[in-house]
Amino acid sequence: MAAHLKKRVYEEFTKVVQQQQEEIATKKLRLTKPSKSAALHIDLCKATSPADALQYLLQFARKPVEAESVEGVVRILLEHYYKENDPSVRLKIASLLGLLSKTAGFSPDCIMDDAINILQNEKSHQVLAQLLDTLLAIGTKLPENQAIQNRLVDVACKHLTDTSHGVRNKCLQLLGNLGSLEKSVTKDGEGLAVRDVQKIIGDYFSDQDPRVRTAAIKAMLQLHERGLKLHQTIYNQACKLLSDDYEQVRSAAVQLIWVVSQLYPESIVPIPSSNEEIRLVDDAFGKICHMVSDGSWVVRVQAAKLLGSMEQVSSHFLEQTLDKKLMSDLRRKRTAHERAKELYSSGEFSSGRKWGDDAPKEEIDTGAVNLIESGACGAFVHGLEDEMYEVRIAAVEALCMLAQSSPSFAEKCLDFLVDMFNDEIEEVRLQSIHTMRKISNNITLREDQLDTVLAVLEDSSRDIREALHELLCCTNVSTKEGIHLALVELLKNLTKYPTDRDSIWKCLKFLGSRHPTLVLPLVPELLSTHPFFDTAEPDMDDPAYIAVLVLIFNAAKTCPTMPALFSDHTFRHYAYLRDSLSHLVPALRLPGRKLVSSTLSANITPHEDPSHQFLQQSLERVYSLQHLDPQGAQELLELTIRDLQRLGELQSELAGVADFSATYLRCQLLLIKALQEKLWNVAAPLYLKQSDLASAAAKQIMEETYKMEFMYSGVENKQVVIIHHMRLQAKALQLIVTARTTRGVDPLFGMCEKFLQEVDFFQRCFIADLPHLQDSFVDKLLDLMPRLMTSKPVEVVKIVQTMLRQSTFLHLPLPEQIHKASATIIEPAGESDNPLRFTSGLVVALDVDATLEHVQDPQNTVKVQVLYPDGQAQMIHPKPADFRNPGPGRHRLITQVYLSHTAWTEPCQVEVRLLLAYNSNSRLPKSPWVEGGEVSPQVETSVIEGTIPFSKSVKVYIMPKPARR
Amino acid sequence: MPEIRVTPLGAGQDVGRSCILVSIGGKNVMLDCGMHMGFNDDRRFPDFSYITRNGRLTDFLDCVIISHFHLDHCGALPYFSEMVGYDGPIYMTHPTQAICPILLEDYRKIAVDKKGEANFFTSQMIKDCMKKVVAVHLHQTVQVDDELEIKAYYAGHVLGAAMFQIKVGSESVVYTGDYNMTPDRHLGAAWIDKCRPNLLITESTYATTIRDSKRCRERDFLKKVHEAVERGGKVLIPVFALGRAQELCILLETFWERMNLKAPIYFSTGLTEKANHYYKLFITWTNQKIRKTFVQRNMFEFKHIKAFDRAFADNPGPMVVFATPGMLHAGQSLQIFRKWAGNEKNMVIMPGYCVQGTVGHKILSGQRKLEMEGRQVLEVKMQVEYMSFSAHADAKGIMQLVGQAEPENVLLVHGEAKKMEFLKQKIEQEFRVNCYMPANGETVTLPTSPSIPVGISLGLLKREMAQGLLPDAKKPRLLHGTLIMKDSNFRLVSSEQALKELGLAEHQLRFTCRVHLHDPRKEQETALRVYSHLKSVLKDHCVQHLPDGSVTVESILIQAAAHSEDPGTKVLLVSWTYQDEELGSYLTSLLKKGLPQGAT
Repeated sequence: MAAHLKKRVYEEFTKVVQQQQEEIATKKLRLTKPSKSAALHIDLCKATSPADALQYLLQFARKPVEAESVEGVVRILLEHYYKENDPSVRLKIASLLGLLSKTAGFSPDCIMDDAINILQNEKSHQVLAQLLDTLLAIGTKLPENQAIQNRLVDVACKHLTDTSHGVRNKCLQLLGNLGSLEKSVTKDGEGLAVRDVQKIIGDYFSDQDPRVRTAAIKAMLQLHERGLKLHQTIYNQACKLLSDDYEQVRSAAVQLIWVVSQLYPESIVPIPSSNEEIRLVDDAFGKICHMVSDGSWVVRVQAAKLLGSMEQVSSHFLEQTLDKKLMSDLRRKRTAHERAKELYSSGEFSSGRKWGDDAPKEEIDTGAVNLIESGACGAFVHGLEDEMYEVRIAAVEALCMLAQSSPSFAEKCLDFLVDMFNDEIEEVRLQSIHTMRKISNNITLREDQLDTVLAVLEDSSRDIREALHELLCCTNVSTKEGIHLALVELLKNLTKYPTDRDSIWKCLKFLGSRHPTLVLPLVPELLSTHPFFDTAEPDMDDPAYIAVLVLIFNAAKTCPTMPALFSDHTFRHYAYLRDSLSHLVPALRLPGRKLVSSTLSANITPHEDPSHQFLQQSLERVYSLQHLDPQGAQELLELTIRDLQRLGELQSELAGVADFSATYLRCQLLLIKALQEKLWNVAAPLYLKQSDLASAAAKQIMEETYKMEFMYSGVENKQVVIIHHMRLQAKALQLIVTARTTRGVDPLFGMCEKFLQEVDFFQRCFIADLPHLQDSFVDKLLDLMPRLMTSKPVEVVKIVQTMLRQSTFLHLPLPEQIHKASATIIEPAGESDNPLRFTSGLVVALDVDATLEHVQDPQNTVKVQVLYPDGQAQMIHPKPADFRNPGPGRHRLITQVYLSHTAWTEPCQVEVRLLLAYNSNSRLPKSPWVEGGEVSPQVETSVIEGTIPFSKSVKVYIMPKPARR
Repeated sequence: MPEIRVTPLGAGQDVGRSCILVSIGGKNVMLDCGMHMGFNDDRRFPDFSYITRNGRLTDFLDCVIISHFHLDHCGALPYFSEMVGYDGPIYMTHPTQAICPILLEDYRKIAVDKKGEANFFTSQMIKDCMKKVVAVHLHQTVQVDDELEIKAYYAGHVLGAAMFQIKVGSESVVYTGDYNMTPDRHLGAAWIDKCRPNLLITESTYATTIRDSKRCRERDFLKKVHEAVERGGKVLIPVFALGRAQELCILLETFWERMNLKAPIYFSTGLTEKANHYYKLFITWTNQKIRKTFVQRNMFEFKHIKAFDRAFADNPGPMVVFATPGMLHAGQSLQIFRKWAGNEKNMVIMPGYCVQGTVGHKILSGQRKLEMEGRQVLEVKMQVEYMSFSAHADAKGIMQLVGQAEPENVLLVHGEAKKMEFLKQKIEQEFRVNCYMPANGETVTLPTSPSIPVGISLGLLKREMAQGLLPDAKKPRLLHGTLIMKDSNFRLVSSEQALKELGLAEHQLRFTCRVHLHDPRKEQETALRVYSHLKSVLKDHCVQHLPDGSVTVESILIQAAAHSEDPGTKVLLVSWTYQDEELGSYLTSLLKKGLPQGAT
């Protein structure tokens, strides 16, 4: 029972993929190629009932069709179409026609006449709609052919009067996608009336079916996307649709209004029931703002999103969005924001204690109050306190975009953004913090605002805190009290969450360097110096003290008077920190000290950088490898590898390059070593033991090449060729080692064939790069390819062996930017002595938190591996949503791993580590039918060929207890 | 003329004892059945004798609908159903059904046990009354009888609060109860579809207020509480056991957790514990956040909030206490208030609306010396704060709801007359609909013009559609058919089918007309001339000259005969059926003009 339960749990919670080998083998040969259409024909003739025929068609649709045979298949399908009485079969045929006409390399103009023909005789609405869809597919396939397009548009217009909404929908879709862009159709079309596609589509804005109305608006938007300039008259029509009963219509109408407002921002429209006129973009802005309080949240999200991109709107309209005229008992009331601002400017700290400070003030003229302005009044106020967090997020995003383009608006929306820091949903809080960071150039925080911002530092979510640190890095603070407050709160944060140390230090670094003059008056207090007395020297290892010093030193950089306030030990501490935390502490011009030549090194370009030069030189040394004897070559390689590794450790910016080249050289070293084995000189059967060395070398080279290919970001095609070449050599080595050590010829057959296939594959993939590989192993091998194909395995092995020994060392060109992927598991920390206890057969969730650097496409490649003490390994695919992207090249994985096992007698450790999954076949060019057919291309790429561990493993103490009865 | 009649028995230009009678399509519905907080005599319950004059309640009322569990909306229910006597169905939502009896029982205890009132309803009566309740789901259409149907919409305000649509035929009324258009920490916002009722009866508590964003309110509240606690004061928050209390609890709970505060928060026991239990249960009625996270942790399982004991009130040090009732008119909250009022470090935060006459209203209006029972005078030194946390829609919210529902008429209840006046004017001005605000006992009569549905056969519809051009939504279309009325059921069918169904033979209706033509020629020739003339004029029609000398245009027959007296004049006999009326009259007028002279 427990086992069964466990299995079920696994099925539900984790996706353990077994690597299937046979999948690759399935698409090897295709012998049934020519009989495709014939088979279909026979099948369809055999079919006795419509259900049968449908089954055949469904089966047929699962298999791909080549471009050459499409036409034949289409003819047969059409033939059956004419005969068929059952509408469902006709529907399927029609849909197949559409699919087939999408096949790459097939020109569908030949079937168009037939399609239009059958359209005219069709009675069933569903089939009609499907046929129109097919025509759409044909039309989009032939974008150049104007005549065909016009004809299709005619057909669509004819069927627009159909009673079924599905048919009308498709017609409108067709018009939207194919309606001609030039209005001068009359020139070539004799007698054809000018079809104003926009007019025709516009007429269906008032169709009785909401689905058709939506389709009409979508078609209009499609026209716009295709570059047709919409008429301004559409604006009024679209405005009417804003009060439609159906949400999808309203949602589409909002989009349309937005489009028109972007096209004609400056035109003037009248305000109904008054003589005034305003700019169209302002009017549209007001209307979309009104939709922010729509009944349907889908519309609200749509409206809030679009508001963000309306940058041309006049500023007074924009500022209205944040204004909701308050009143209480018909008397004007000031908002809390206004009150806070006033209190602040009057120099009084907001106490909130004064009785009646929110008492309503002046009386309002009842006639002047307008409760539902069509204008933009309070749109964002509503949006930000919406029920659905989707709307709130959209509103925050829109605020962000508008504030970026208008500094005055940024200043105004600040209060609202600060308020959002207290939202109940973490995502919204995070989003508003990010937004604030983006607009921080335009704003200065008031003290009371800063207070609210800093309160969020106590948030228990690490994401929020880190985002807030980043926000503080680029915030402008107006007063010295503000800086002090920020420091105090950050230190509080530090004591509460010691893991935030680095982030806080970094934050203080920027805070200091941005506000030197504000920090200056605080220095004595912060360093607790006294004019007369010496104070105790603070502990140098205290993170809080370091934090304070980081702030001060960074401020001192641009404030030369500051060092005068330092006490003696401060200078000593400076020297220490400058060495130990050089990325946080800048070089200072201190009295009585010489300036370190840091300013000089800053303007040296990377190529003149001595360490870079050193790297170049050591790599150049290796060029001469060819001319050395094996012993010397090995020594040189070993030396260079050592140098590179050391260099990588010293210079973090060169670590990627150094590691990459060192790995390559190590491969070469292994290869040379393997070829130096005595094995080759002695009769085969005697040296089974030594062969271990050589085959191990081959295996290791393979592993290293996979690492080189997939663990580094920024690897270009020229490097990939070299890497694959190295791998090919390793495979050759493997082949000859096996040939030497195994008896009998039978297994060799398979191996040789496989190897030759690999060579062939290599040639196909890198045909363009072959000229660069002169004199290399593969170059020579390809020369002899015809001979190899016909020779016996033993001979092949012999040839390969000599080739391998003669092959020259290929120089690896270095890419511009290369970084090694790395991962650090932050959680679980692996220090706990308390085992995680759970009942065997059930699962326990383990929180995993890791940072990933320089991983491309982590959603697909990064996996979590759990190794149980019994050797059982389990691979877990984290969900795509578990990955965050805090910055370029950085990712954060926060996921849960489910562990389960049968009962143990005592607690034991499991290992958790991260793997990088790869699949070298993804470089294969894709076959053309994959996109057209119904086989999803996902299946192809998601197959994992192998994995590379790229993080240190963390041990977790667990204890599955036997279930209690 | 059909009409909708509305009579408020309570809540007409007043807040408290909501009770509104609606007659729609011959059905009588009572909306809410509440009590008034401000009175302790007969005036606390609605005056049901208004109905009982005409007989028993059950005979008169088709159903009773309770919008939510607040006592001013359901407090008179046991009195109404058990003491006055009503046996019909009472509709309310599931949470209301669950929580309502707890509140009634509490109310009864205070009235009977504390104040010693006699002739009050008993616990058994509450139980009996609740047996008559039918619970409804949101958006579920409940058929009360064959014609009357009701449907509930989400209203925010408190857990389980609903707006109800009452529909008879094509006439409908929407009653909002109390609602809130801005979501809060535990409930979502009210929502209604475009149901276009004939009448929308809406509450108007905050008719003249537009509120600040709720975020500022929340922040202010937290700040005030935090500061009071930091300087060692005690904070009293009088609340009603359910509703605001839970929202504020969630707010304080999350704040305490975030700021890591240690001061205790207490919640008066009994009622609230039970109520919290229901809040945990009815998660689907709460807001998005709580609904989404309850799998990990049910937000109503508080960590920092503990049950209150009377002895705690004298404990030294800071604390926050939620105590009932919310208007400081009785009970625990008043007791604690008396204890703490003398210390200026303490604070009382009134989170909601206070009815005139209560202590809450007095201190809010600035009174510092209160006369208590027994001629005692209580001096209030503690700080008094007012935070508008009341979950009613403000003026903008009311307008928003009116905009959403698109009613034909609006009726305001549950508010003060002066404030209603302003909102009434605004509604009339901006939506151009009639707005009413009747006082208690005053009847509003709305004439309605119900639409009468008529069935049409598909064949006829298609045939008529095919004849005309595209259907155009803006223009009415003419349709030929026969209207059959049978057992209060209307159908439009083609005339052939109507004849068949009714077993009648078709009557031919022919019009004949004589046209005198001055033409000396022979009859045959005249006929020929007529023929050629018509042929040239009526190009689209089939004009034939028959061998017997007559001319036909489509089915219209024209014969020429000599005038019996004047041989120089010929008489043209034109004859057509009713169906060809249009063409026939056209032909006659054409012929009356005479034949062209040039023709021979």
